[in-house]
Amino acid sequence: MKQKSKGHNRRALALAALTAMSLSPIAALASTGGKLLLTGGVSQIEGAAGGGLTPWAVIGGYGTEGQFGAQAFYTRVSTDDYRLGVTGLALGISDRVELSVARQRFDTRDVGAALGLGRGFLLEQNVYGAKLRLVGDAVLDQDTWLPQVALGVQHKRHRQGDIVRAVGARNANGTDVYLSATKLFLDSSFLLNGTLRHTRANQVGILGFGGDRRASASLQLEGSAAFLLRRDLAVGAEYRFKPNNLGIAREDDWWDAFIAWAPSKHVSLTLAYADIGNVVIRDDQRGWYLSVQFGF
Amino acid sequence: MRNFARSMLVALAVMWSWSALADGQSPMAPAPAHPELRPVLEAFGGVPGLEALMDDFMAGLLADPRTRPFFENADQDRVKRQLVEQFCVILGGDCTYTGRNMRESHEGHVITAAHFNALVEVLQDSMNRRGIPFRAQNRLLAKLAPMHRDIVNEPPRR
Ligand code: HEM
Repeated sequence: MKQKSKGHNRRALALAALTAMSLSPIAALASTGGKLLLTGGVSQIEGAAGGGLTPWAVIGGYGTEGQFGAQAFYTRVSTDDYRLGVTGLALGISDRVELSVARQRFDTRDVGAALGLGRGFLLEQNVYGAKLRLVGDAVLDQDTWLPQVALGVQHKRHRQGDIVRAVGARNANGTDVYLSATKLFLDSSFLLNGTLRHTRANQVGILGFGGDRRASASLQLEGSAAFLLRRDLAVGAEYRFKPNNLGIAREDDWWDAFIAWAPSKHVSLTLAYADIGNVVIRDDQRGWYLSVQFGF
Repeated sequence: MRNFARSMLVALAVMWSWSALADGQSPMAPAPAHPELRPVLEAFGGVPGLEALMDDFMAGLLADPRTRPFFENADQDRVKRQLVEQFCVILGGDCTYTGRNMRESHEGHVITAAHFNALVEVLQDSMNRRGIPFRAQNRLLAKLAPMHRDIVNEPPRR
Protein backbone atom coordinates (compact mmCIF):
# COMPACT_ATOMS: atom_id res chain seq x y z
CA MET A 1 0.00 0.00 0.00
CA LYS A 2 2.85 2.36 0.85
CA GLN A 3 4.43 1.71 -2.54
CA LYS A 4 1.15 2.25 -4.25
CA SER A 5 0.42 5.62 -2.67
CA LYS A 6 3.92 6.83 -3.41
CA GLY A 7 3.41 5.99 -7.06
CA HIS A 8 0.12 7.79 -6.91
CA ASN A 9 1.71 10.93 -5.52
CA ARG A 10 4.25 11.02 -8.29
CA ARG A 11 1.48 10.54 -10.83
CA ALA A 12 -0.59 13.30 -9.28
CA LEU A 13 2.36 15.69 -9.38
CA ALA A 14 3.10 14.80 -13.01
CA LEU A 15 -0.58 15.29 -13.82
CA ALA A 16 -0.63 18.73 -12.23
CA ALA A 17 2.50 19.74 -14.13
CA LEU A 18 1.15 18.34 -17.39
CA THR A 19 -2.18 20.11 -17.03
CA ALA A 20 -0.42 23.40 -16.39
CA MET A 21 1.79 22.84 -19.42
CA SER A 22 -1.05 21.82 -21.69
CA LEU A 23 -2.83 25.04 -20.74
CA SER A 24 0.14 27.22 -21.47
CA PRO A 25 -0.70 27.54 -25.20
CA ILE A 26 -3.67 29.57 -23.94
CA ALA A 27 -1.14 31.65 -22.06
CA ALA A 28 0.84 32.14 -25.25
CA LEU A 29 -2.24 33.12 -27.25
CA ALA A 30 -3.85 35.69 -25.06
CA SER A 31 -1.90 38.04 -22.85
CA THR A 32 -1.80 36.64 -19.34
CA GLY A 33 0.07 36.97 -16.12
CA GLY A 34 -1.05 40.53 -15.39
CA LYS A 35 -1.44 40.10 -11.64
CA LEU A 36 1.31 40.85 -9.15
CA LEU A 37 3.23 37.94 -7.68
CA LEU A 38 1.32 35.89 -5.08
CA THR A 39 -1.74 38.15 -5.27
CA GLY A 40 -3.82 35.25 -6.60
CA GLY A 41 -3.13 33.33 -3.40
CA VAL A 42 -2.32 29.63 -3.54
CA SER A 43 -4.61 26.60 -3.93
CA GLN A 44 -6.61 25.62 -0.88
CA ILE A 45 -7.44 21.97 -0.14
CA GLU A 46 -10.77 22.09 -1.97
CA GLY A 47 -9.24 23.58 -5.11
CA ALA A 48 -10.20 27.25 -4.79
CA ALA A 49 -7.64 30.04 -4.75
CA GLY A 50 -6.95 31.02 -1.18
CA GLY A 51 -4.73 30.11 1.66
CA GLY A 52 -4.05 26.46 2.32
CA LEU A 53 -7.21 25.62 4.26
CA THR A 54 -9.63 28.38 3.34
CA PRO A 55 -10.79 30.05 0.14
CA TRP A 56 -10.05 33.74 -0.36
CA ALA A 57 -11.95 36.30 -2.39
CA VAL A 58 -9.15 36.41 -4.96
CA ILE A 59 -9.55 34.73 -8.35
CA GLY A 60 -7.09 31.94 -9.09
CA GLY A 61 -4.30 32.33 -11.63
CA TYR A 62 -2.50 35.45 -12.75
CA GLY A 63 -5.08 36.81 -15.18
CA THR A 64 -6.33 40.38 -14.80
CA GLU A 65 -9.46 41.83 -16.40
CA GLY A 66 -9.64 40.52 -19.98
CA GLN A 67 -7.13 37.74 -19.31
CA PHE A 68 -7.20 34.08 -18.37
CA GLY A 69 -5.25 32.49 -15.57
CA ALA A 70 -4.95 28.96 -14.31
CA GLN A 71 -3.35 26.96 -11.57
CA ALA A 72 -2.85 23.21 -11.13
CA PHE A 73 -1.73 21.86 -7.80
CA TYR A 74 -0.88 18.87 -5.71
CA THR A 75 -1.21 19.10 -1.93
CA ARG A 76 -0.34 16.52 0.63
CA VAL A 77 -1.08 16.64 4.34
CA SER A 78 0.59 13.89 6.36
CA THR A 79 -0.47 13.57 9.96
CA ASP A 80 0.50 10.88 12.44
CA ASP A 81 -2.17 8.44 11.30
CA TYR A 82 -3.55 9.74 8.01
CA ARG A 83 -2.56 11.16 4.69
CA LEU A 84 -4.60 13.52 2.55
CA GLY A 85 -3.63 14.01 -1.08
CA VAL A 86 -5.37 16.57 -3.26
CA THR A 87 -4.94 17.19 -6.98
CA GLY A 88 -6.76 20.04 -8.61
CA LEU A 89 -7.08 22.74 -11.16
CA ALA A 90 -8.55 26.23 -11.13
CA LEU A 91 -9.28 28.50 -14.04
CA GLY A 92 -9.60 32.25 -13.58
CA ILE A 93 -11.60 34.23 -16.13
CA SER A 94 -11.06 37.97 -16.40
CA ASP A 95 -10.30 38.21 -12.68
CA ARG A 96 -14.03 37.84 -12.14
CA VAL A 97 -14.95 34.14 -12.20
CA GLU A 98 -13.07 31.12 -10.97
CA LEU A 99 -13.91 27.52 -11.87
CA SER A 100 -12.17 24.67 -10.11
CA VAL A 101 -12.07 20.91 -9.74
CA ALA A 102 -10.24 18.90 -7.13
CA ARG A 103 -9.92 15.27 -6.15
CA GLN A 104 -9.26 14.57 -2.50
CA ARG A 105 -7.89 11.20 -1.45
CA PHE A 106 -7.85 10.45 2.23
CA ASP A 107 -5.62 7.52 3.06
CA THR A 108 -6.84 5.85 6.25
CA ARG A 109 -3.60 3.83 6.58
CA ASP A 110 -3.71 1.64 9.72
CA VAL A 111 -7.02 3.10 10.84
CA GLY A 112 -8.58 1.55 7.75
CA ALA A 113 -7.51 -1.85 9.01
CA ALA A 114 -8.74 -1.12 12.54
CA LEU A 115 -12.17 -0.18 11.13
CA GLY A 116 -12.29 -3.32 9.01
CA LEU A 117 -12.05 -1.40 5.72
CA GLY A 118 -8.60 -2.62 4.93
CA ARG A 119 -5.25 -1.04 5.53
CA GLY A 120 -4.75 2.07 3.43
CA PHE A 121 -8.42 2.26 2.49
CA LEU A 122 -8.99 5.46 0.50
CA LEU A 123 -11.90 7.81 1.05
CA GLU A 124 -12.22 10.01 -2.01
CA GLN A 125 -14.32 12.91 -3.09
CA ASN A 126 -14.47 15.27 -6.04
CA VAL A 127 -15.04 18.96 -5.47
CA TYR A 128 -16.44 21.18 -8.22
CA GLY A 129 -16.08 24.84 -7.37
CA ALA A 130 -17.15 28.20 -8.73
CA LYS A 131 -16.41 31.63 -7.34
CA LEU A 132 -17.61 35.07 -8.38
CA ARG A 133 -15.85 38.26 -7.37
CA LEU A 134 -18.59 40.67 -6.28
CA VAL A 135 -16.82 43.90 -5.34
CA GLY A 136 -13.51 45.41 -4.50
CA ASP A 137 -9.88 44.92 -5.31
CA ALA A 138 -7.94 43.39 -2.42
CA VAL A 139 -4.64 44.72 -3.71
CA LEU A 140 -5.16 48.06 -5.43
CA ASP A 141 -7.96 49.69 -3.42
CA GLN A 142 -5.55 50.78 -0.70
CA ASP A 143 -7.46 53.95 0.20
CA THR A 144 -10.56 52.24 1.55
CA TRP A 145 -11.43 49.55 4.05
CA LEU A 146 -13.52 47.89 1.39
CA PRO A 147 -12.19 44.38 0.95
CA GLN A 148 -12.47 42.25 -2.14
CA VAL A 149 -15.60 40.17 -1.67
CA ALA A 150 -16.46 36.96 -3.48
CA LEU A 151 -19.24 34.41 -3.35
CA GLY A 152 -18.38 30.78 -3.96
CA VAL A 153 -19.84 27.29 -4.10
CA GLN A 154 -18.16 23.93 -3.72
CA HIS A 155 -20.18 20.96 -4.82
CA LYS A 156 -18.75 17.79 -3.32
CA ARG A 157 -19.40 14.25 -4.47
CA HIS A 158 -18.09 11.42 -2.39
CA ARG A 159 -16.91 8.29 -4.17
CA GLN A 160 -17.52 5.87 -1.28
CA GLY A 161 -21.06 6.87 -0.40
CA ASP A 162 -21.95 3.54 1.23
CA ILE A 163 -19.01 3.75 3.58
CA VAL A 164 -19.64 7.31 4.76
CA ARG A 165 -23.32 6.58 5.24
CA ALA A 166 -22.36 3.54 7.31
CA VAL A 167 -20.31 5.89 9.53
CA GLY A 168 -23.45 7.95 10.09
CA ALA A 169 -23.39 10.60 7.39
CA ARG A 170 -26.81 11.53 6.01
CA ASN A 171 -25.58 12.06 2.45
CA ALA A 172 -22.71 11.28 0.16
CA ASN A 173 -22.95 14.63 -1.64
CA GLY A 174 -23.16 18.18 -0.44
CA THR A 175 -22.78 21.77 -1.52
CA ASP A 176 -20.94 24.40 0.49
CA VAL A 177 -21.68 28.06 -0.16
CA TYR A 178 -19.23 30.67 1.09
CA LEU A 179 -18.67 34.38 1.22
CA SER A 180 -15.07 35.54 1.41
CA ALA A 181 -13.61 38.96 2.12
CA THR A 182 -9.92 39.54 1.49
CA LYS A 183 -7.92 42.69 2.13
CA LEU A 184 -4.25 43.48 1.67
CA PHE A 185 -3.06 46.22 4.00
CA LEU A 186 -0.10 47.15 1.87
CA ASP A 187 1.28 49.88 4.11
CA SER A 188 1.76 47.26 6.80
CA SER A 189 2.51 44.39 4.38
CA PHE A 190 -0.32 42.43 5.94
CA LEU A 191 -3.20 40.44 4.49
CA LEU A 192 -6.44 39.39 6.17
CA ASN A 193 -9.14 37.06 4.96
CA GLY A 194 -12.43 36.03 6.45
CA THR A 195 -14.69 33.38 4.99
CA LEU A 196 -18.16 32.44 6.12
CA ARG A 197 -19.18 29.00 4.94
CA HIS A 198 -22.61 27.39 4.89
CA THR A 199 -21.90 23.66 5.02
CA ARG A 200 -23.05 20.20 6.04
CA ALA A 201 -19.69 18.59 5.35
CA ASN A 202 -18.10 16.26 7.90
CA GLN A 203 -14.32 16.67 7.82
CA VAL A 204 -14.61 18.79 4.67
CA GLY A 205 -16.83 16.03 3.20
CA ILE A 206 -14.36 13.17 3.49
CA LEU A 207 -16.80 11.68 6.02
CA GLY A 208 -19.87 12.67 4.05
CA PHE A 209 -22.53 15.28 4.80
CA GLY A 210 -24.79 15.75 7.82
CA GLY A 211 -25.04 13.39 10.75
CA ASP A 212 -26.90 12.32 13.84
CA ARG A 213 -25.84 15.33 15.93
CA ARG A 214 -26.83 17.75 13.17
CA ALA A 215 -28.36 16.86 9.85
CA SER A 216 -28.64 20.38 8.49
CA ALA A 217 -26.12 22.93 7.35
CA SER A 218 -24.45 25.36 9.70
CA LEU A 219 -22.42 28.55 9.30
CA GLN A 220 -18.70 28.22 9.92
CA LEU A 221 -16.09 30.96 10.03
CA GLU A 222 -12.64 30.63 8.52
CA GLY A 223 -9.83 33.12 8.80
CA SER A 224 -6.36 33.71 7.45
CA ALA A 225 -3.68 36.26 8.21
CA ALA A 226 -0.50 36.60 6.21
CA PHE A 227 2.53 38.79 6.46
CA LEU A 228 4.52 39.61 3.33
CA LEU A 229 8.25 39.24 3.86
CA ARG A 230 9.24 39.79 0.26
CA ARG A 231 7.43 40.01 -3.03
CA ASP A 232 7.81 36.24 -3.41
CA LEU A 233 7.47 35.17 0.20
CA ALA A 234 4.61 35.20 2.71
CA VAL A 235 4.12 33.65 6.12
CA GLY A 236 0.86 33.30 7.94
CA ALA A 237 -1.68 31.27 9.81
CA GLU A 238 -5.18 30.04 9.23
CA TYR A 239 -8.04 28.83 11.35
CA ARG A 240 -11.06 26.95 10.08
CA PHE A 241 -14.02 26.30 12.33
CA LYS A 242 -15.74 23.04 11.50
CA PRO A 243 -19.15 21.62 12.18
CA ASN A 244 -19.32 18.56 14.40
CA ASN A 245 -22.22 16.63 12.94
CA LEU A 246 -21.26 13.03 13.63
CA GLY A 247 -21.82 11.50 17.06
CA ILE A 248 -19.34 8.70 16.64
CA ALA A 249 -16.49 10.74 15.20
CA ARG A 250 -15.81 14.06 16.89
CA GLU A 251 -14.60 16.73 14.49
CA ASP A 252 -12.23 19.51 15.56
CA ASP A 253 -11.39 22.89 14.07
CA TRP A 254 -8.35 22.99 11.83
CA TRP A 255 -5.48 25.44 11.88
CA ASP A 256 -2.13 25.81 10.25
CA ALA A 257 0.92 28.06 10.09
CA PHE A 258 2.40 28.40 6.62
CA ILE A 259 5.15 29.80 4.48
CA ALA A 260 4.48 30.31 0.77
CA TRP A 261 7.15 30.99 -1.79
CA ALA A 262 6.61 31.90 -5.44
CA PRO A 263 9.94 31.87 -7.31
CA SER A 264 7.99 32.87 -10.44
CA LYS A 265 4.42 33.32 -11.65
CA HIS A 266 4.53 29.72 -12.84
CA VAL A 267 5.42 27.93 -9.62
CA SER A 268 4.67 28.25 -5.94
CA LEU A 269 5.48 26.08 -2.97
CA THR A 270 3.63 26.15 0.33
CA LEU A 271 4.84 24.45 3.45
CA ALA A 272 2.69 24.43 6.57
CA TYR A 273 2.39 22.82 9.91
CA ALA A 274 -1.21 21.75 10.28
CA ASP A 275 -3.32 20.60 13.21
CA ILE A 276 -6.52 18.83 12.23
CA GLY A 277 -7.36 17.53 15.69
CA ASN A 278 -9.46 14.43 16.12
CA VAL A 279 -10.31 12.38 13.04
CA VAL A 280 -12.53 9.34 13.71
CA ILE A 281 -10.62 7.21 16.23
CA ARG A 282 -7.34 9.11 16.27
CA ASP A 283 -6.87 12.33 18.22
CA ASP A 284 -4.31 15.15 17.93
CA GLN A 285 -3.59 14.72 14.26
CA ARG A 286 -0.78 17.06 13.33
CA GLY A 287 1.77 17.13 10.61
CA TRP A 288 3.22 18.74 7.53
CA TYR A 289 1.29 20.24 4.72
CA LEU A 290 3.13 20.57 1.46
CA SER A 291 1.69 22.04 -1.72
CA VAL A 292 3.14 22.57 -5.17
CA GLN A 293 1.36 24.73 -7.67
CA PHE A 294 1.98 25.37 -11.35
CA GLY A 295 0.20 27.94 -13.42
CA PHE A 296 0.10 31.31 -15.11
CA MET B 1 -24.69 32.18 14.17
CA ARG B 2 -27.88 33.38 12.52
CA ASN B 3 -27.37 36.87 13.93
CA PHE B 4 -23.83 36.74 12.69
CA ALA B 5 -25.00 35.88 9.18
CA ARG B 6 -27.40 38.77 9.28
CA SER B 7 -24.67 41.23 10.24
CA MET B 8 -22.41 39.84 7.50
CA LEU B 9 -25.16 40.50 4.97
CA VAL B 10 -25.69 44.02 6.26
CA ALA B 11 -21.95 44.63 6.04
CA LEU B 12 -21.95 43.39 2.46
CA ALA B 13 -24.82 45.69 1.54
CA VAL B 14 -23.00 48.65 3.10
CA MET B 15 -19.83 47.84 1.20
CA TRP B 16 -21.78 47.52 -1.99
CA SER B 17 -23.38 50.93 -1.74
CA TRP B 18 -20.06 52.39 -0.72
CA SER B 19 -18.36 51.08 -3.83
CA ALA B 20 -21.24 52.37 -5.93
CA LEU B 21 -20.61 55.80 -4.42
CA ALA B 22 -16.89 55.58 -5.06
CA ASP B 23 -17.40 55.02 -8.78
CA GLY B 24 -17.39 57.93 -11.15
CA GLN B 25 -15.75 60.33 -8.73
CA SER B 26 -13.67 63.20 -10.03
CA PRO B 27 -9.92 62.45 -10.30
CA MET B 28 -8.13 62.07 -6.99
CA ALA B 29 -5.25 64.34 -6.04
CA PRO B 30 -2.21 63.29 -8.08
CA ALA B 31 0.15 63.89 -5.19
CA PRO B 32 -1.57 63.68 -1.78
CA ALA B 33 0.95 64.71 0.88
CA HIS B 34 1.60 62.27 3.70
CA PRO B 35 3.83 63.97 6.28
CA GLU B 36 3.84 60.76 8.32
CA LEU B 37 5.76 59.10 5.47
CA ARG B 38 8.79 61.36 5.89
CA PRO B 39 10.86 58.44 7.29
CA VAL B 40 10.02 56.52 4.12
CA LEU B 41 11.44 59.41 2.07
CA GLU B 42 14.64 59.04 4.10
CA ALA B 43 14.67 55.31 3.29
CA PHE B 44 14.49 56.28 -0.39
CA GLY B 45 17.52 58.54 0.06
CA GLY B 46 15.63 61.82 -0.10
CA VAL B 47 15.24 63.72 -3.37
CA PRO B 48 18.66 62.62 -4.72
CA GLY B 49 17.61 59.02 -4.01
CA LEU B 50 14.34 59.57 -5.91
CA GLU B 51 16.24 61.07 -8.85
CA ALA B 52 18.55 58.05 -9.02
CA LEU B 53 15.53 55.76 -8.66
CA MET B 54 13.75 57.39 -11.61
CA ASP B 55 16.81 57.01 -13.86
CA ASP B 56 16.81 53.29 -13.14
CA PHE B 57 12.99 53.07 -13.32
CA MET B 58 12.79 54.75 -16.73
CA ALA B 59 15.56 52.49 -18.04
CA GLY B 60 13.54 49.53 -16.74
CA LEU B 61 10.31 50.80 -18.34
CA LEU B 62 12.11 51.09 -21.69
CA ALA B 63 13.67 47.63 -21.34
CA ASP B 64 10.44 45.83 -20.51
CA PRO B 65 8.42 44.91 -23.62
CA ARG B 66 5.19 45.40 -21.66
CA THR B 67 5.88 49.06 -20.87
CA ARG B 68 8.32 50.16 -23.59
CA PRO B 69 5.58 51.09 -26.14
CA PHE B 70 4.18 53.64 -23.68
CA PHE B 71 7.40 55.40 -22.86
CA GLU B 72 9.64 55.22 -25.93
CA ASN B 73 7.98 58.27 -27.49
CA ALA B 74 7.23 60.09 -24.26
CA ASP B 75 9.18 63.06 -22.92
CA GLN B 76 11.13 60.79 -20.61
CA ASP B 77 12.96 63.54 -18.76
CA ARG B 78 9.69 65.27 -18.00
CA VAL B 79 8.07 62.09 -16.75
CA LYS B 80 11.06 61.39 -14.49
CA ARG B 81 11.00 64.93 -13.15
CA GLN B 82 7.24 64.78 -12.47
CA LEU B 83 7.61 61.42 -10.78
CA VAL B 84 10.34 62.75 -8.47
CA GLU B 85 8.09 65.66 -7.50
CA GLN B 86 5.07 63.41 -7.09
CA PHE B 87 6.79 60.78 -4.94
CA CYS B 88 8.54 63.50 -2.92
CA VAL B 89 5.23 65.20 -2.07
CA ILE B 90 3.52 61.89 -1.26
CA LEU B 91 6.39 60.94 1.05
CA GLY B 92 6.05 64.20 2.98
CA GLY B 93 8.99 65.99 1.35
CA ASP B 94 9.35 69.72 0.76
CA CYS B 95 8.47 69.61 -2.92
CA THR B 96 5.65 70.84 -5.10
CA TYR B 97 4.03 68.72 -7.76
CA THR B 98 3.75 70.77 -10.93
CA GLY B 99 2.44 68.06 -13.27
CA ARG B 100 -1.00 67.15 -14.51
CA ASN B 101 -3.42 64.97 -12.61
CA MET B 102 -3.33 61.21 -13.21
CA ARG B 103 -6.39 61.06 -15.40
CA GLU B 104 -5.14 63.78 -17.76
CA SER B 105 -1.63 62.33 -17.80
CA HIS B 106 -2.80 58.92 -18.96
CA GLU B 107 -5.97 59.40 -20.99
CA GLY B 108 -3.96 59.52 -24.21
CA HIS B 109 -2.97 55.88 -23.72
CA VAL B 110 -4.92 52.64 -23.54
CA ILE B 111 -3.90 51.26 -20.13
CA THR B 112 -5.16 47.97 -18.66
CA ALA B 113 -4.84 46.57 -15.14
CA ALA B 114 -2.09 44.31 -16.50
CA HIS B 115 -0.15 47.35 -17.77
CA PHE B 116 -0.58 48.99 -14.39
CA ASN B 117 0.79 45.96 -12.56
CA ALA B 118 3.63 45.63 -15.07
CA LEU B 119 4.69 49.19 -14.25
CA VAL B 120 4.49 48.37 -10.54
CA GLU B 121 6.74 45.33 -11.08
CA VAL B 122 9.31 47.40 -12.95
CA LEU B 123 9.22 49.94 -10.12
CA GLN B 124 9.64 47.16 -7.54
CA ASP B 125 12.68 45.85 -9.44
CA SER B 126 14.20 49.34 -9.44
CA MET B 127 13.49 49.84 -5.75
CA ASN B 128 15.12 46.47 -5.04
CA ARG B 129 18.18 47.44 -7.05
CA ARG B 130 18.36 50.68 -5.04
CA GLY B 131 18.27 48.63 -1.84
CA ILE B 132 15.06 50.20 -0.55
CA PRO B 133 13.58 48.03 2.20
CA PHE B 134 10.51 46.03 1.17
CA ARG B 135 8.30 47.57 3.85
CA ALA B 136 9.24 51.11 2.83
CA GLN B 137 8.47 50.17 -0.78
CA ASN B 138 5.03 48.95 0.25
CA ARG B 139 4.24 52.13 2.15
CA LEU B 140 4.80 54.12 -1.04
CA LEU B 141 2.97 51.60 -3.22
CA ALA B 142 -0.02 51.75 -0.87
CA LYS B 143 -0.41 55.43 -1.80
CA LEU B 144 0.10 54.86 -5.52
CA ALA B 145 -2.17 51.82 -5.89
CA PRO B 146 -5.53 53.67 -5.60
CA MET B 147 -4.48 55.82 -8.58
CA HIS B 148 -5.38 52.83 -10.73
CA ARG B 149 -8.90 54.30 -10.81
CA ASP B 150 -7.62 57.33 -12.74
CA ILE B 151 -4.94 55.55 -14.77
CA VAL B 152 -6.44 52.24 -15.89
CA ASN B 153 -8.88 53.12 -18.67
CA GLU B 154 -9.29 49.83 -20.54
CA PRO B 155 -11.97 48.54 -20.28
CA PRO B 156 -13.37 52.08 -19.92
CA ARG B 157 -14.39 53.08 -16.41
CA ARG B 158 -17.92 54.20 -15.72
C1 HEM C 1 0.65 54.45 -9.93
C2 HEM C 1 1.06 54.41 -11.16
C3 HEM C 1 1.48 55.63 -11.98
C4 HEM C 1 1.89 56.84 -11.55
C5 HEM C 1 2.04 57.33 -10.13
C6 HEM C 1 2.18 57.62 -12.74
C7 HEM C 1 2.62 58.93 -12.73
C8 HEM C 1 2.85 59.69 -13.86
C9 HEM C 1 3.26 61.06 -13.86
C10 HEM C 1 3.52 61.91 -12.62
C11 HEM C 1 3.36 61.46 -15.13
C12 HEM C 1 3.75 62.87 -15.65
C13 HEM C 1 2.54 63.76 -15.66
C14 HEM C 1 2.80 65.03 -16.42
O1 HEM C 1 3.43 64.96 -17.50
O2 HEM C 1 2.38 66.09 -15.94
C15 HEM C 1 3.05 60.33 -15.96
C16 HEM C 1 3.06 60.32 -17.34
C17 HEM C 1 2.96 59.19 -18.08
N1 HEM C 1 2.60 57.94 -17.64
FE1 HEM C 1 2.24 57.42 -15.77
N2 HEM C 1 1.91 56.87 -13.84
C18 HEM C 1 1.50 55.64 -13.41
C19 HEM C 1 1.13 54.57 -14.20
C20 HEM C 1 1.32 54.50 -15.53
C21 HEM C 1 1.07 53.35 -16.34
C22 HEM C 1 0.51 52.01 -15.82
C23 HEM C 1 1.41 53.68 -17.62
C24 HEM C 1 1.37 52.80 -18.84
C25 HEM C 1 1.74 51.57 -18.83
C26 HEM C 1 1.87 55.04 -17.62
C27 HEM C 1 2.29 55.75 -18.73
C28 HEM C 1 2.62 57.09 -18.72
C29 HEM C 1 3.00 57.81 -19.91
C30 HEM C 1 3.14 57.22 -21.31
C31 HEM C 1 3.22 59.14 -19.50
C32 HEM C 1 3.60 60.32 -20.39
C33 HEM C 1 2.33 60.87 -20.94
C34 HEM C 1 2.55 62.02 -21.89
O3 HEM C 1 3.46 62.82 -21.66
O4 HEM C 1 1.77 62.11 -22.83
N3 HEM C 1 1.79 55.52 -16.35
N4 HEM C 1 2.72 59.27 -15.15
